[in-house]
Parts: sequence; C-alpha cells; structure tokens
Amino acid sequence: MTARPTIGVLALQGDVAEHLRVLDALDAHTVKVLSPDQLDTLDGLVVPGGESTTMSKLAVRYGLLEPLRKRIAAGMPAYGTCAGMIMLADRLLGAAADQQTVGGIDMSVRRNAFGRQTESFETAVHIDGLEGDPFDAVFIRAPWVESVGPGVTVLGEVPGPDEAGRIVAVRQGGLMATSFHPELTGDTRIHRLFVDIVKGHS
Amino acid sequence: MANNASNTSDNAVGTERVKRGMAEQLKNGVIMDVVTPEQAKIAEDAGAVAVMALERVPADIRKDGGVARMSDPDMIDGIVEAVSIPVMAKVRIGHFVEAQVLESLGVDFIDESEVLTPADEAYHIDKWAFTVPFVCGATNLGEALRRISEGAAMIRSKGEAGTGNVVEATRHMRSIRSEIKRLGTLDEPELFGAAKELRAPFEVVKEVASLGKLPVPLFSAGGVATPADAALMRQLGAESVFVGSGIFKSGDPAGRADAIVQATLHYEDPAVIARVSRGLGEAMVGINLDDLSDAQRYAGRGW
Repeated sequence: MTARPTIGVLALQGDVAEHLRVLDALDAHTVKVLSPDQLDTLDGLVVPGGESTTMSKLAVRYGLLEPLRKRIAAGMPAYGTCAGMIMLADRLLGAAADQQTVGGIDMSVRRNAFGRQTESFETAVHIDGLEGDPFDAVFIRAPWVESVGPGVTVLGEVPGPDEAGRIVAVRQGGLMATSFHPELTGDTRIHRLFVDIVKGHS
Repeated sequence: MANNASNTSDNAVGTERVKRGMAEQLKNGVIMDVVTPEQAKIAEDAGAVAVMALERVPADIRKDGGVARMSDPDMIDGIVEAVSIPVMAKVRIGHFVEAQVLESLGVDFIDESEVLTPADEAYHIDKWAFTVPFVCGATNLGEALRRISEGAAMIRSKGEAGTGNVVEATRHMRSIRSEIKRLGTLDEPELFGAAKELRAPFEVVKEVASLGKLPVPLFSAGGVATPADAALMRQLGAESVFVGSGIFKSGDPAGRADAIVQATLHYEDPAVIARVSRGLGEAMVGINLDDLSDAQRYAGRGW
C-alpha cells in the first residue's frame, strides 16, 4: 500500500552501510536508527549483522530494547541477518545467560553454532519463495535455528558439521531472519522479499 | 576439528568474501587491547566488538624495549575462553609461522603489526594462504593497497601505538582519504601512472578509483586515548577504531571504554561526545612524538 516504505537499519554496530545500500537500491526510504524516537517513523526494521553480544548490550544501555520490543509486538515487520537473527529470537542457546534479545520469532537460536571465524564459509542455499538460482549465502561466525514453534515457516536449511540439516532462514508473519548475510553478496532477492512484506503490511 | 564446516558438502571457507565479510561485521564497534582475561571481560562488558589479545600493551612494549613477539598461546587461550566476542592477536610483520600458530589456536583475526618487532625486512605475510582474515597497518594509500593485494581483509592506520598521541593516525587517515579522492579524478592512462607511483597493482587501484573507497573496511589505530580522538578518526573517514594502551593505561578503564564506545557510535553528535567525556579521570600519559627517535617510531616498519 505504501508506495515507498520507510525502513530503518538498527545502527548500534555492524554492517549497517551494506543494508542501507541494498534498501536504497530497492527504492525504500532508509533511516539509520540510533535512538528510540526514530522507531515511530518506521514501516519496517532491519537488524544487521555484527556482534550480537555488543548489539544487545548497547540496545539495553541506550534504552532501545523495550521500545523495539513494543514496536515488534505491535506488528512492525523486521528482518534480521546473523546477529540480527539472534536479536529477533525468543530464546538463545550458547550465549551468556544475561544476553537480552528483542525477540518476536518463536525460535531457539544457537549462537556461533557453525564455529569461529576459521570455520566461516559460503555455500549455495535453496530459499523457499525465491525465484531462480539457489542463494549464494555467506556465513560468518554464524548462528543456526535449533528449533521453531508452530507459527514459524522454515525457508532454508544447510547441512551442519554432522551433515544434519540446520535451519538458516525463517519467517513468522512479518518477521524474517537469516543466519547468513545477503547484504554482502549483491543479490537483492531476500531484501526485496522483505520490502514486499513491509509494503503489504503497511 | 570436529566443528569444521569445511568438512561438509560444498562449503568454501576462507574466501575473500568470508574474510572481508568478517571485517564488515566489526564496523562501528571498538576493538580493545587486553592483556588478561579480566581485562577482556571488562572490554566486553563495556561494549567492545572484539578484543586484541597481547602480552603487553604498546605503551609497555615501548617502555620495556627488547624484541616484541607473538603472545603465549596459553594467554591467548585464556582470553578466548573468557569472552564470547571475537578475539584478535598480533604477529610480527612477515612472521608467517606465528600466523600459522594463531590460526591453529582459532583466533578470529590476525593483526600483522608494526608494534611487534618485524621478522622480515622485505616481505609481508602472504595472507591469501590463510583461512583466518588479517588486518594490516598503512600510513598511505600505496601501503594500504599493497597489503590488500597480499590478502589483507581490513586496513588500519598506523598511528604511533603506545603514545596516546593521535597526530600520526590523523596524518595517515588524511593521506589515505585524499589519495582515494585524487584517484577518482583520473582517467585510465593516468590510473596506470598512479599505480606505478603507488607501487600497487593496477586492478586494485582501478577498483578504489571506481568505488571511491578501499575494497575492505578502513579502521583507525594508534594513539587514540579519548572519546574525542575516536570521533575525530571517524569524522576523518575511519569505519571504526582500535584502542590500544588508551583504555587500560587510564585511571578508569571501564568508564573510558564505555565512553569511547559511545563516542565512536555517536561521532557526529558533539553533545554526546561532551557528555561521555565528563569525569573520566586521568587519560594515559602521552608522549610527544618529537621526543621519539626514528628507531623508536613504529610507523616506518613495513614496506
């Protein structure tokens, strides 16, 4: 409905510029989000990649966590990549007990599940709902989704270290998350899907 | 390693995109030098995006003299165990075996650093040969592009570490930035000439000219001691900062670390920088660079 939606990128830390570039190219109006009062102007929010520990601490310290929770609970669409996926998870595994998340997606996410940086990798992933070739996905100290609730749709999996399928892309209503970083690849299909969700939702 | 994703199907580890992508994730965050697991925890709690594990901070390396080398693996393991954020560590310029050791320890990033005593006076490490990404220092664009062509996934300025004096880092950031701008004004034949002057491969020079920035993240390092220093580096084009001796050589490390994190993030907002600069206590004692002989300067190390 909104011809040109306003999409914020949470700018506490991480590869904010890369997300802004993709969203600009898709003709969204973009905002670097650093303070709670900016949230009111948004039709949708991207939570970028970065260090989830850092992002979570800063969100608490700068008073963004509760306002973010409120907006997401009230139905604002959001898309998280890597650390952003962790931020949108209702439950965490392999993280410090006091690590706070915004939550919203009924899933348990395991932090750094694929290992440290020397284990980071890229691989092609089939994503449900995307036309064309499998998505060339870049995983960096990446998490995976260990389990999901009934309302969550699994969009993609890759084999984990033990060859068992591991969930790396999910959607629950207006909320989306990927373990990998589409913003690093130049392939805009996943961001386009999110922009369409935001438009449909507004 | 049991947890090695490279063992599975078509996964490619250590690619250019995976290494540079890791560097991108660190942007807008502060990387802090730490010498103990306790300091690493303080840094993490203050909002550091990564820690640099080393035995002595540059201010002490300066004071103690002698040959400075890679840290003891036990000490690096201790810090890796203590925090959940990425851990970096330093190797001597050209010392590829120290780099092999750090990679085997599972550190997330290696700094081929002039702060340690160089191990090779002609060659830097072939960084393409490693799975782990590298950051290297540069005083100007030519040096940055030579390091990138050797495989560096991040470039940082080479301000005089351990001095608490930001003047050299300022010079490097200004130099790199103005040389990038100049490349943008050149046509193709002129770019060939520029590549020769810069002593850097033509392809990388051309890429920088068209991007208007380095193809990898550019951070600042060396002499950052205050929140305003960190914000200065960002306004000069650094995508984030390393803070070495500046935090744990100051009166209130936790408070100063938090203040530098905030100033790095809100670098365009003087009101925030003013607020976080209040009541921080003693900054590290600085060294005036005129008091250093050429042999005591680290920026000239690296070729």
